[in-house]
Amino acid sequence: MSILITPETKIMVQGITGAFGGKHAGLSLDYGTQVVAGVTPGKGGQTFEHNGKSVPIFNTVAEAAQATGATVSAIFVPPPFAGDAILECVDAGLDLAVCITEGIPIKDMIRVKRAMQGKPTRLVGPNCPGLVTPGTGENSTGGCRIGIAPGYIHKKGRVGVVSRSGTLTYEAVYQLTVKGIGQSTCVGIGGDPVNGTSHLDVIKMFNDDPETDGIIMIGEIGGSAEVEAARWIKANCSKPVAGFIAGATAPPGRRMGHAGAIVGGAEDTAEAKIKVFQECGIEVAATPSDMADALLRKAETIGVTLS
Amino acid sequence: MNIHEYQAKALFEKYGVPVPQGAAAKSAEEFDTALATLPEGPTMVKSQIHAGGRGKGTFTDGFKGGVKFCPSKAEAKEIAGKMLNNTLVTVQTGPAGRKVQTIYFTVASDIKKEYYLSILLDRATSHPVIVASTEGGVDIETVAHETPEKITKVFVDPAYGLADFQVRELIFALGFDKTEAKNAAKLIKSLYDCFWETDAAMIEVNPLITTPGGDVLALDAKVSFDSNALYRHPDIVALRDLNEEDPKEIEASKHDLAYIALDGNIACLVNGAGLAMSTMDIIKHFGGNPANFLDVGGGASKEKVVAAFKIILGDANVKGILVNIFGGIMDCNVIAEGVVEAVKEVGLSLPLVVRLEGNNVAAGKKTLDESGLSLVSGDSMADAAQKIVNLVA
Repeated sequence: MSILITPETKIMVQGITGAFGGKHAGLSLDYGTQVVAGVTPGKGGQTFEHNGKSVPIFNTVAEAAQATGATVSAIFVPPPFAGDAILECVDAGLDLAVCITEGIPIKDMIRVKRAMQGKPTRLVGPNCPGLVTPGTGENSTGGCRIGIAPGYIHKKGRVGVVSRSGTLTYEAVYQLTVKGIGQSTCVGIGGDPVNGTSHLDVIKMFNDDPETDGIIMIGEIGGSAEVEAARWIKANCSKPVAGFIAGATAPPGRRMGHAGAIVGGAEDTAEAKIKVFQECGIEVAATPSDMADALLRKAETIGVTLS
Repeated sequence: MNIHEYQAKALFEKYGVPVPQGAAAKSAEEFDTALATLPEGPTMVKSQIHAGGRGKGTFTDGFKGGVKFCPSKAEAKEIAGKMLNNTLVTVQTGPAGRKVQTIYFTVASDIKKEYYLSILLDRATSHPVIVASTEGGVDIETVAHETPEKITKVFVDPAYGLADFQVRELIFALGFDKTEAKNAAKLIKSLYDCFWETDAAMIEVNPLITTPGGDVLALDAKVSFDSNALYRHPDIVALRDLNEEDPKEIEASKHDLAYIALDGNIACLVNGAGLAMSTMDIIKHFGGNPANFLDVGGGASKEKVVAAFKIILGDANVKGILVNIFGGIMDCNVIAEGVVEAVKEVGLSLPLVVRLEGNNVAAGKKTLDESGLSLVSGDSMADAAQKIVNLVA
């Protein structure tokens, strides 16, 4: 198994006719992902063509879901319209909306998150690389790739990865793959201060997933999401967990690329979070080059073999 | 994006938040005109820079205090002359300080009591939170740490907005009398409207004051805005003061590069915010000092890499460069070509370590090898960081 998505998951792409959305819809198709629909208002009835595959385009998310059975959407629409795109997924009753868009106004996300309360749709992102559940084919093809992550660096296996940062996720995944250790699912939850799925949400899913044996949790300065997850891990999770926090050298009060990566006080510095990780039995990677090794150290300590 | 106190107070007035009467001047010639709008009597002279701690700051010529009380307008004019175009160093400016290019004169208010009031995003609940305290005019982090019971927070449901009962909760917690309570209620509601409608990231009023007459005023004002929302607020964008920003950061923003200047000597050029932050961290981990944060983004072109290179080399402190790229989708060869072109264009003589990994990495490495440039290849992040630290040391 895996979490959130499987190779059978049918996905739609909102913004498939844009350059960015189209490029990544194509890469997902190449990876073997079931991209079954595109949504661009006003272009319903057209098709998205890629390497001999033809994907129908619809005007609305509801139409796309009804006609194709897609249960998940990858959102590639520009920031001013992205909040609306998420709400359209909620209204259509999708299982999962994955919002890749970077730069959505925080107020829009505050309102969207409030409107999603009590609704069955889960949001991953925004400002995230998306999710990958690797497949069994060459270079992990045959899996489900939603978003912008490079599929080929993955390998099917039993380690879960959750991160606020795209490139740091790739760094961790690549280290694992090079060492012959595969991944169950890799989830980029995004770098914004208001997002859908939290570290803790993903950790709980990995903990419940019988096919995930170990977890790498990557965080950064700002907010308290990693601390919340770490405390839960201490109380509830017996699987080996390694962690890394970026931003130890970031000056306070400056936004480090990600809207959410900003030190606001004494509690949300890298130092404070690393301390909590250590208190909670999470093996801390001293540098990003150490993430896979940190997990291996922890696994060895508690007698878990990773593959 | 930050704005000055005088701009924030003009915004407050627009939303009906009472502030002491004031006027700004950008040159000595404007002092008289500005002061003419104020009544004769005690006047405050306030240096306008984007940093806190102004009152306790010192100018580089030894003059003390970036905020001064003056018994008369004549004295205010004289003091303003000492502050204008002088460089103010505060706990927040760093040793270089900031040049004061605007002076704000205000009527000196008669203060009965000082309070604290701020509005910002609470990340744990994803709701706006209003923070209030009876301890005004002091550092709120200290209050939160030492006497947390003196801080009241109300979380605003974005579906409804600020409710009257929540305003009452704040007012009772602050212990206002009847006249003050009426004025404070109006002020808090207006301030929340201002926060919400302008897409502010944070509004801080420290201190908020009461006067013997029962008035409630925002004596200071610190406002910052969500950069993601600026596209829908051209009036706020117009308040941006480029004098308050690092010229390299301004240049970077023109090329859509996320760049932040730091005080170390190893420059870095990285793709992705998380990787860029941890590249700084790993330089420090191996005993070096990063000169900057720089994220060229996921879709960097050759031109963008060239621009990025020029910006990091514009920092005279830089003694070496580390390029760290994990090209997931991004083509490593594009980065390599950008690096080669940039180095040739600027005639680089500093040590350069390049770590490339990912998509089309073989072609990228070939481009670098065949360029004839004297650069060092790094295998992993750790390897690359150690190499540049050793080369610079």
